[in-house]
Amino acid sequence: MRHKTFFWFILPSLAAMILFIALPLVSVVVQSLHIEHEQVIVVTENCGPFGCTEESSVDTEATAQLRAEQPLGRFAGLSTYFDRGHLATAEIAEAWRNRDGFGGFLSELYNLPFYKALAFTLTYTFLVTPLVILLGLLIALGVNRLPSLLKGPTIFVSLLPMIITPLIGSLILFWMIDAQGVIGKTLQWVFDDPELSLKASPALTWITLMVYGVWSSAPFAFVVFYAGLQTVNSDSLEAAMIDGATRWQQIRYVVIPHLMPLVVFISLIQLMDNFRVFEAIVGFSAQANATSLSYIIYADMRSDLTRFNSAAATSVLTVIGVAILLTPVLLRTWRDFKGKAV
Amino acid sequence: MSIQKVSMISAAAILMGTTAFAGCGISNGNVSILGNEFAAIQAVTDGAKACADDGVTVESNLNKDYRELQVAALTANPAQYSAVTTTNAAIVPLLSDNLIRPLDDLIAKHGQHLSKNQLITVDGKVMAIAFMANAQHLFVRDDILEKVGLDAPETYEEVIAAGKAIKDAGLMDHPFATTSQTGWNLGEEFVNMYLGHGGQFFKSGTAEPTVNNEAGVAALNTLKALTELSNPDYLTFDSNAVQASWEAGEIAMAHLWGSRGTGILDDEGSSEDIVSNTSLIASPTVGGGDIPASTLWWDGFAIASNASDEDAEASFVAMLNGISTEVVKANNDAAVWLVEGYEPAPASAGVFATAAGKTKPYPMIPFMGLMHTALGDELTDFLQGKETAEQALADVEASYIAAAKEKGFLN
Repeated sequence: MRHKTFFWFILPSLAAMILFIALPLVSVVVQSLHIEHEQVIVVTENCGPFGCTEESSVDTEATAQLRAEQPLGRFAGLSTYFDRGHLATAEIAEAWRNRDGFGGFLSELYNLPFYKALAFTLTYTFLVTPLVILLGLLIALGVNRLPSLLKGPTIFVSLLPMIITPLIGSLILFWMIDAQGVIGKTLQWVFDDPELSLKASPALTWITLMVYGVWSSAPFAFVVFYAGLQTVNSDSLEAAMIDGATRWQQIRYVVIPHLMPLVVFISLIQLMDNFRVFEAIVGFSAQANATSLSYIIYADMRSDLTRFNSAAATSVLTVIGVAILLTPVLLRTWRDFKGKAV
Repeated sequence: MSIQKVSMISAAAILMGTTAFAGCGISNGNVSILGNEFAAIQAVTDGAKACADDGVTVESNLNKDYRELQVAALTANPAQYSAVTTTNAAIVPLLSDNLIRPLDDLIAKHGQHLSKNQLITVDGKVMAIAFMANAQHLFVRDDILEKVGLDAPETYEEVIAAGKAIKDAGLMDHPFATTSQTGWNLGEEFVNMYLGHGGQFFKSGTAEPTVNNEAGVAALNTLKALTELSNPDYLTFDSNAVQASWEAGEIAMAHLWGSRGTGILDDEGSSEDIVSNTSLIASPTVGGGDIPASTLWWDGFAIASNASDEDAEASFVAMLNGISTEVVKANNDAAVWLVEGYEPAPASAGVFATAAGKTKPYPMIPFMGLMHTALGDELTDFLQGKETAEQALADVEASYIAAAKEKGFLN
């Protein structure tokens, strides 16, 4: 293809990518480098049904003028990235100087909102992703062995968790694990502890969220693996059987190597998905015990005093986080690709 | 639809239109109202909608998330909504961004009958018209307190003692509840308790925080003693959850919004036994203070700056029609109305008693919202026993300062 033809061929997608991916990213980065202009505060007398009080208010005219002069706000460089709500470098240095053993330092670190969210986000990502792959594979292998009459209904039922909107799914579970709910009451009865509450303890909340995460994402892995299983070469399987391979050996040495590219694919998608874990935290009202980077962004945006700059900085940090997470998987794919090409 | 039906409906519409026209006295303009959603606000917007006729359209969007929409919707020019319902907290961002207009001219023209305590003035200019009051106050079960031989508590120390007595008597495991969900609700409980202890949130005239002090520590310790009497799930409790446990008879004392009184005292969702033993009383004082540990709230309406003068006038008149004496009389029990013609009802007893105790209004300060958010996020660790009260309050201040710097309130 000539260069000119290629250019015209790719132009629509290129334009769409610039418009919907590149420009928003640039905008977020620019916003994260600014903070709002100074607010001019005056003390005024405010009156209402409950009497009058002297209170601070914003001098709207003076502030509007400042705003007109600098519509983007004040340039602040990277200061938002390093403040307490984000990377908190000053607080970490302080905590390191006054540390009371390494454990004490870690708990100081965990006291900072960004690192608290990061701790949950990473734990969630690294536990849920492999469990989803494992469970998805097991379901796919199981379903694949079913008589064809049962396959359809089983596949449909297995897909249900993915069909339910995450927020609704987590709300349903939230009420089931309530101290008065069917799962909550059963657990109290099983462990003979009337005070047992899955919502109160941080550890149990984390476990609940991760179980939910595996439950809702496993069908995705299952569908992909199930499709992959239909393409396993039956000759190789028969050869393995003739050589006396057990069912486990067939899976280990024939099926799994065949599905490896799919494992990489699911890992990529799941790492990205799990790193931005969010709906479950809202659905389970779990923000007291578990927050994620996405939740911090949501909290910044969800009020009438919107913190666009802070949200922008957290967004950029999330993008960097996803990039770091995906690097090993991408490198591996790249090496495989190059290996094949040679 | 049959022709008869159609003609009946249009006849009714014409009839309503003419009566409304006679009552409202506006001939043209577009009114659109953004507001919170509960029974009283619905009554007000229905009253405003009675002004709709040939030249006047009245539309409304009532939504629990109205606060997230209001700034963007009113910044647009022309504004997406010509009128908004608001409160002493929700009005602050509208004031700071100059999104609502002074109402003095409109009051001179149409609102001479408004009483002075309905006018919300900022620096001498009327910026909103209040129509109802709300406050958190104590709900108690008389029968349970009787069983342990105690009177209705007047201080939080008595609430805690009564809670322990009920627990020890084996009547209930978790006798107390309040809206203690992490976030806005928990922040609000601290605000109540801190003001009850006589605390100040900011150095006067500045945006510098001053919550890490004795009053703050005392307020936190009281909150902790209360959460120990609550269900272990207390960090997920919002108003709906507390109302549900009250109606299920699981709690004997609750610090809950006055606007929930009607729902709790009606004949739905609970048993006669629980409803007849429920008393709505003043919010308790705390730590030897003399004002109830609660905050007073008003709900009112404001008119957008970015609406045309014609629409603004139509909206003002329509909203006044929504808070007319007739509307209030027809919906007497839905709220504690600040409008003439309101007869106090049993469901409003608690709010009246709390207001009578000279409770402070929720501060109408531009940076209070940031403080509230910081409180809601940072106090959980203390309540869960993971850090000291001083550390939690230091975290609140640090988190507030980071946000206030970014918003330009602090340098």
